[in-house]
Amino acid sequence: MTGFREKVRAWLAANVPGDEELATAKRFQAALHDAGLAGITWPKEYGGQGLTAAEQQIFDQEAANYDLPTSVFRIGMGMCGPTILDLGTAAQKARHIPPLLRGEEIWCQLFSEPGAGSDVASLQTRAVRDGDSWVVNGQKVWTTVAHLADFGALLARTDPDVPKHQGLTMFLIDMHAPGVTVRPLTDMTGRAPFNEVYFADLRLPADAVLGQVGGGWAAAVTMLGHERVSIGGFVRKRHDPLAHANLAESARRYGRDRDPVVRVELAKLYAAERALTLFNARLRQEAEAGSPPGARGSVAKLAGAQLQQQAVAVAGLIAGPHATAWDPDDAAGDELALAINQTPSSSIAGGTDQIQRTIIGDRILGLPREPVADRDVPFRELRVGTQRPA
Amino acid sequence: MQLVLDDEQRQLRSAVRELLADHSDVRSVVDGGARYDRGLWRRMADLGLTGLVVPEELGGAGAGHADRCVVLEELGRALAAVPFLASAVLAADVLTALGDTEVLPALAAGEKIGAVALSGVTATERDGGWVLDGCAPFVLSGDVAEVFVVHTPAGWFVTAEGRRRALTTLDPTRGQAKLEFSATPARRLEHADPGAVLERVRDLAAVALAAEQAGGIAQVLDTIVGYAKVRVQFGRAIGSYQAVKHACAELYSTSERAGSLLRYAAWAADHDPDALPLAAATAQAFTGPAYFQAAATGLQLHGGIGYTWEHDAHLYYKRAKSSELLFGTPGEQWARLADRLDRVP
Repeated sequence: MTGFREKVRAWLAANVPGDEELATAKRFQAALHDAGLAGITWPKEYGGQGLTAAEQQIFDQEAANYDLPTSVFRIGMGMCGPTILDLGTAAQKARHIPPLLRGEEIWCQLFSEPGAGSDVASLQTRAVRDGDSWVVNGQKVWTTVAHLADFGALLARTDPDVPKHQGLTMFLIDMHAPGVTVRPLTDMTGRAPFNEVYFADLRLPADAVLGQVGGGWAAAVTMLGHERVSIGGFVRKRHDPLAHANLAESARRYGRDRDPVVRVELAKLYAAERALTLFNARLRQEAEAGSPPGARGSVAKLAGAQLQQQAVAVAGLIAGPHATAWDPDDAAGDELALAINQTPSSSIAGGTDQIQRTIIGDRILGLPREPVADRDVPFRELRVGTQRPA
Repeated sequence: MQLVLDDEQRQLRSAVRELLADHSDVRSVVDGGARYDRGLWRRMADLGLTGLVVPEELGGAGAGHADRCVVLEELGRALAAVPFLASAVLAADVLTALGDTEVLPALAAGEKIGAVALSGVTATERDGGWVLDGCAPFVLSGDVAEVFVVHTPAGWFVTAEGRRRALTTLDPTRGQAKLEFSATPARRLEHADPGAVLERVRDLAAVALAAEQAGGIAQVLDTIVGYAKVRVQFGRAIGSYQAVKHACAELYSTSERAGSLLRYAAWAADHDPDALPLAAATAQAFTGPAYFQAAATGLQLHGGIGYTWEHDAHLYYKRAKSSELLFGTPGEQWARLADRLDRVP
């Protein structure tokens, strides 16, 4: 184990680049794979390393000392890849997993729609069988990195005559195929990391189905489970202005580090950050001992979002007016503003805080579910979002 | 670091939980006027729990702090009215650190109850011996202790004498007393660095209390979740209402995070003395207020029955508030953590 840590440490020290350009990111991921450090716990036959959660933890610990340029691969590595490994055919795994690990192909997740955000199963994008293939029409939205993606995991309705959860199917689609149009969408930070995606008579082969036809909801639940662990996994970037260590440093810089209020709030932030880090480490140790986290990933996701909000409050306490206006060439001002403006996304993306609490209540604590109005109604007769299905 | 229980610790947990289910009688103390649960304390002594971390050569079981935390979690869950924290944690830890062989074996065996006074007392050398003077205001389980371990500017002392005045307490399950010494003879416990002993004992006590509190949070959660499944209002179980369900989900999140901080601190107590001070301060600062918040929420979600004497919700509420203040106010705990963080390189 010591040998593995030394290897990771030396490799990262020699290879982490300074920017996050797409070409740099792809080169870095390829090099990571060549060094035997990509897909650490993934099976060897598909290009992974076949090692344990312990090695992954060592890698994460060492990687936390750097800002790795890997965020563009996060949806593929954190969600699509694990779901393909869970549900895919041998051919699907062999086709998709190795290039994903080598950083050759970027993935996106095509779930959310204008009328179906948290209520994913109300989606209206249709896939209609035509002989051996499928024809897809509809629209997705808030699709992260779709503008860069080569492949996507698409959830579509294949049977509108059954209740909403039963008529869904998941497909693996080529984002460059005719019939796919991606339109970047600007978020509240002013950047455009997510998109609208339109499907107009997109034709899919029969082997694009991931899992079972009509089994899309189960596949989505599998992927959402991976997503919560991935989002909640919480590895702070080294220079994240909301990390406790960086906020403590900025308190020293602004001369606020002896202020008793600042000291107490920083201590509270440290405790919350530690609690979440240790909770995640405990989930990994439990998984290693044979009990996977399941819905407990929702705790990590929820606590992570709350931690972001707490950190924004502390950042404001420390920076004061410096958080409101700064010299145009002061990168620190830009970074803090971006962090403040990005914070709401952690409470929304991947399921809102409210949805996470409901998941914890229903699936972990076994509390009775809220009455559901649409469980047994054919999708065709439902009202969804703010509209009626076509 | 180990953040999950091993097989032996899980067995210990079941054994203690079973013991407490069968023999803990909190109401004999709350309603019956007993000072502590004697029957339970005797059984715990018989099982060797009162000397769990005391080395075998000093009459104990020689187990680890992580093991003791398992016991403390269960005691906190059951709200057991025994002087474990005062005697088997505070007093035992001081005497173990000082290598005492005179009274520690009796404490470890549960034959005597110890209590620790940390402030308000001075020691003077007289006629080749030592005497104590002063008043220690809030001595945990000082109302039932037979041995007093006293910290003074001149070091550590032990005595069985002194005047005790039992106090009325917010938490009816755990007594406190005011101890008065007036030229009271005491035996000096020699140590090269009494201050270091004090720091170590404080850290271990912070972890132990956090364990009790984490157990309390877990029990509050279990109780309210069980109730929310069966209590029906407006035609459905209250647990199906988001207002209730989401509050329970937050309690679960708090419980899991407090438990994670605790496991790490307990591991550090056994395996990483350098990491212990920060880990202990973090666990205690986080868990104290979290327990009170949890107990108050649990009481609220029970509605009227929660505010009723015959229900145990108020006992958790009182224990939680009392424990939150036991080793310093939340403000002092956070400030202590901030000081610890200053020392991190």
